[in-house]
Amino acid sequence: MDGNVEDFVETARNKQALNMAEMTKVDCRHIDVFYDEKQAIYDISMEIQDRAVTAFIGPSGCGKSTFLRCINRMNDTIESASVKGQIIMDGADINDPSIDPVLLRSRVGMVFQKPNPFPKSIYDNIAYGPRIHGLAAGKSELDEIVESSLRKAGLWEEVKDRLAAPGTSLSGGQQQRLCIARAIAVSPEVILMDEPCSALDPIATARIEELIDELRERYCIVIVTHSMQQAARVSQRTAFFHLGKLVEYGDTERIFTNPEDSRTQDYITGRFG
Amino acid sequence: MNSPAPNPETKGTFVTDAALKRLKKRHAAETRFKFYGQFAIAIAVLALIALLVSIISQASSAFQRNMLVFDITLNAEDVAPNGTDDPDAIARNVSGFNLLLQDSLRDQFLPEDADASETRQLFGLFTRLAVLPVAKKTAAHVDMVGTQQTVSVALADDIDLYLKGGVTERKSIDLGQVASARGAIGDGIYVSLAPGTDTSALAEAIGGFQEQSLDDSAPTTLIGIGNTWYSVTGFSSNEIALAYLAGARVAPDPSQGIRALVLAQAEANRTVSDRQIAWTMLLKDEGRIRKAFNSTLFTNADSTYPELAGTAAAIVGSLLTMLVTALLAIPVGIFAAVYLEEFAPKNRMTDLIEVNINNLAAVPSIVFGLLGAAVFINFFGMPRSVPLVGGLVLGLLVLPTVIIASRAALKSVPPSIRTAALGVGASKTQSVFHHVLPLAAPGILTGSIIGMARALGETAPLLLIGMVAFVAEVPDGPTDESTVLPVLIYKWSTGAERAWEPQTAAAIIVLLVFLVLMNLIAIILRRRFERRW
Amino acid sequence: MLETFGHLPVSWLLFAVLAAAGFVAFFIGRTSAVATAQGSTARLNSQPNYHGYFLAMATIAPAAVILILYSLFGESMVRSQLASELPQRIRDLGTMEMGQYIDRIAENSQRGPGSTTGNALFDAATGRYTSLLGLSRIIAIGLALFGAGVGFFFARRRLSVNFRARARVEDGIKLMLFLCAAIAILTTLGIVASLFFEALRFFARVPVLSFIFGTEWNAQTGADFGAIPLFFGTFMIAFLAMLVAAPIGLLSAIYLSEYASPRFRSIVKPILELLAGIPTVVYGFFALQFVAPLVRSFAVWVNSLPFTPDTLLAAQPTSALAAGLVMGIMIIPFVSSLSDDVINAVPQTLRDGAYAMGATKSETVKQVVMPAALPGVIAALLLAVSRAIGETMIVVMAAGQRAQISPDPTSDLTTITVQIVALLTGDTEFDSAKTLSAFALGFVLFIVTLLFNLIALRVVQKYREKYE
Repeated sequence: MDGNVEDFVETARNKQALNMAEMTKVDCRHIDVFYDEKQAIYDISMEIQDRAVTAFIGPSGCGKSTFLRCINRMNDTIESASVKGQIIMDGADINDPSIDPVLLRSRVGMVFQKPNPFPKSIYDNIAYGPRIHGLAAGKSELDEIVESSLRKAGLWEEVKDRLAAPGTSLSGGQQQRLCIARAIAVSPEVILMDEPCSALDPIATARIEELIDELRERYCIVIVTHSMQQAARVSQRTAFFHLGKLVEYGDTERIFTNPEDSRTQDYITGRFG
Repeated sequence: MNSPAPNPETKGTFVTDAALKRLKKRHAAETRFKFYGQFAIAIAVLALIALLVSIISQASSAFQRNMLVFDITLNAEDVAPNGTDDPDAIARNVSGFNLLLQDSLRDQFLPEDADASETRQLFGLFTRLAVLPVAKKTAAHVDMVGTQQTVSVALADDIDLYLKGGVTERKSIDLGQVASARGAIGDGIYVSLAPGTDTSALAEAIGGFQEQSLDDSAPTTLIGIGNTWYSVTGFSSNEIALAYLAGARVAPDPSQGIRALVLAQAEANRTVSDRQIAWTMLLKDEGRIRKAFNSTLFTNADSTYPELAGTAAAIVGSLLTMLVTALLAIPVGIFAAVYLEEFAPKNRMTDLIEVNINNLAAVPSIVFGLLGAAVFINFFGMPRSVPLVGGLVLGLLVLPTVIIASRAALKSVPPSIRTAALGVGASKTQSVFHHVLPLAAPGILTGSIIGMARALGETAPLLLIGMVAFVAEVPDGPTDESTVLPVLIYKWSTGAERAWEPQTAAAIIVLLVFLVLMNLIAIILRRRFERRW
Repeated sequence: MLETFGHLPVSWLLFAVLAAAGFVAFFIGRTSAVATAQGSTARLNSQPNYHGYFLAMATIAPAAVILILYSLFGESMVRSQLASELPQRIRDLGTMEMGQYIDRIAENSQRGPGSTTGNALFDAATGRYTSLLGLSRIIAIGLALFGAGVGFFFARRRLSVNFRARARVEDGIKLMLFLCAAIAILTTLGIVASLFFEALRFFARVPVLSFIFGTEWNAQTGADFGAIPLFFGTFMIAFLAMLVAAPIGLLSAIYLSEYASPRFRSIVKPILELLAGIPTVVYGFFALQFVAPLVRSFAVWVNSLPFTPDTLLAAQPTSALAAGLVMGIMIIPFVSSLSDDVINAVPQTLRDGAYAMGATKSETVKQVVMPAALPGVIAALLLAVSRAIGETMIVVMAAGQRAQISPDPTSDLTTITVQIVALLTGDTEFDSAKTLSAFALGFVLFIVTLLFNLIALRVVQKYREKYE
């Protein structure tokens, strides 16, 4: 185990702590995304703040998920997709060929639309990330990471007696929290959430939203959501996407009470979408 | 993710040395794993290439063969006994033609007092039945009798193989010219080489072969001077002792060229004797050995002589068998698929049929052979070795394949088509037969052809129902004794003579051509009619 | 008259007559429907054509059933009748000899009238056979015509304006479809019954235990029937084949589904499938001609190494290793395409989950995709093993005939399938222990492969349900 990795994570932390107020965590500049010939994202630039929840809203097919997947280079896994532009994170362009997507993703976690626990035990689901990145020195350290991640995700009390049970045996809401715990386990700085509640019932959704609010204290969270109420409830900043373009971006309160663009106005008042 | 190694110069906070070190290991594992996959694919592709190349290179020599040409008068008393002009009698008179050609060879090459062994060797240049095409041609043009004709017969398999470079390794050496010769044909002849030339090349070649040989037998050396061939009994650096072997019985003249032929194996270890080789060389010098396309391979039925054996009977047998197979498997398979996909109620009986069909598709083919032997032959008393039974067995064998393919094709027709037909008042049966089945037809057809291709290559079950019998005639119908191509391949591959090997490979090529054609048709059908819903 | 019928090639004639009867019935049904409709066919419950189909169906079906029964059993009935009439001295020859005698009679009879041999008894028997055959044919045709008539008569009476001809015709079609599906069941029953009963007859002569646990196999001489060496050879060769096929097939499936570009995939997949399309007899030739000599010279080379004993490997001209290697090549596409399917069935979200954690592609494959696909992969391997166990031609040509238990892969081993072919090729009598032992072996083969297949198919089904 490399103790240095923790140092590495710590330095990043300290740096953030120094200029915490209004700090920009991710700075996206002129992003274009193409699927083969078809352009899906048109010249989007935005700065995403640390220690805050940023919500991406917009009608389906507007490119908000595609844009989200740029931030941890998940689009690399799609053969036909190509991304142009710069995404600066802690002073480095993550699209630079010298940046390893594997390392990037250990710092930018992601939670998906449908809960997707690995076909392994609950424990192994959480331990998977720390194991591949070598974050734990031994069994006891790994146990600690698993427990703290599950606690942070608010799942510990429910599963502490059956850590060896398969992850798929949990209920949908629990599975999603398991996936969040899994993402937290590698101590990321950014957590991307792609409609994390779309497959869940209202009670499970409320539980996740609470969790997101708690996590905001430590992480930079970006959430794509279909539900404007959800965006209003959990986010501090909101970006409205339409037809692959960023229409409006600002404080959630302002966006929902006093939008500048007529399209945003139409969308949040339910005239389309 | 094929990312290049991180470059420390441009690192942001993303990279520390420790993480880099660990990452290096992980990326090495990644590269290794990817390489395993490429390696596995390379092995599979190489295996396929090795298989095809080895078979094609074997087969290529079988498509061409060497014919012995005669310029000969077809004497009536030899070829048309008792003055007959009945074509059938002439065609059947194989021994007459045979004697005529054998005599012509003997007159040319052997003295009156030649012993039986020599005569046998000479007559071994071609097999008796090889004259059959000549007899048939004469029978078809009776006016050829009594006239001078140019006819050609296939050389015996071993001679043919020798001419194609088989039987034994060899080396031809030019030893310059004869300076002087002494001795007589009967007692042995001594030839001195022209000044400036010596026998070192000869010694070198012999030494080379001797080193390779597993046993201690010495290589043989034959010498040709003019129209005479000798075997070497000994040699010094510029003189060679020779014993007469074949050809003109005249002593060598000065300034004639000396050709040496070093054969890696001793005479006792090969299927072609020294004399036969000498005669072959002489005939070649006369221009009487010609290469011709081996049409026998496609026109003849099976034979015990490789040079006369062909695939005609097996091809017809295969076609007849396929006909029976298609008549059984395709309609029954399609109807069964229609029933299971469109009509079957969801009950245990249907489940049973489903499980049963899936299992049947995985039952070893030889078990179907046992079924055929026990049920069709033993219980129902059907005859052995006939395409009818073979076709039935293969039909049952490919039935699950056809059913599964047809079901997949039916499944791919969207339910909206069915509801549309039902919506205008068609009955269930009408909607299936008027709308669903025609739309699924290309897929069903493709599946059926692929099933037929599988049946065409099937061997094991047919062995058990006696289709391995020797069949020398092209079958007339599905109840005639016959064999099929794959079984013929199996039988030829067990033949003892070396000449069967290229012959078998050639039959494999014929089979593969049929299979490629069938698959091409299937692919074209799929391309042409493929429909995306 | 009887003799003439015995010589005639009647089957085509019958087809023609049946088809004609069907057509006539169709037109009668159709016209009478039009007639009863009195000018307005819309009054009919079903279209006139369906009345025609119904009548044709009712006419042909009974005749067809009778003729199918006749073609299955007619000749054997004639033969047994003839056998009972033959003189005692021929009947004393035993079933096998007498069967061949009657075969010759039947063959001679089909040559046509006037093909006498000069042997009085044989010629008389031929004549008798021909007239018996003729008689049986006349009876069958008579019965068929009678059945057709009865069917036509009753069906004709049911036709009326309100008759639901279409429903009846569709019932008939459904019945026919069901019967076609049932042929698959009949085939299985036929396989099970023939193998089981022949095996029972074998075990009446040779005790089951000495068959399953005996270590000496000399079936050709009819002496020893201990099948252990055969089982050993079968599993040894299947094992060698899987050593080749499992890693190569699996790794290429993984590479093709996870790494390869669509272009590469579209080229390589058909090439792999080509391997599956090559007939096994071609693989057998390849094994015999090219791989077996290679294996042999390799074994000779190993034996000649200074640190190995000279007789370490058997170095036989045909060997288990040669057969196993080539069989492995044959099975590669089988493993790879089945594994490809199951790997592709693993949902993309699982892969995304792993990538999002920062896993590399190979880590995702090894730690997430493969564990998820494991049941399917195991099923694919089971099916491949079952294929290897049942494969015949490669082992017949390249594995050898010697029943021995030897762990040396360069020695020649024999397998269940090789022995079945050896025992049942050529002229065989159905009553000897030698022949019956082939069926006992076939029964074992069937049961073993069936078990493998059942388990594999069940696992695959469960697996599919999980991800669908």
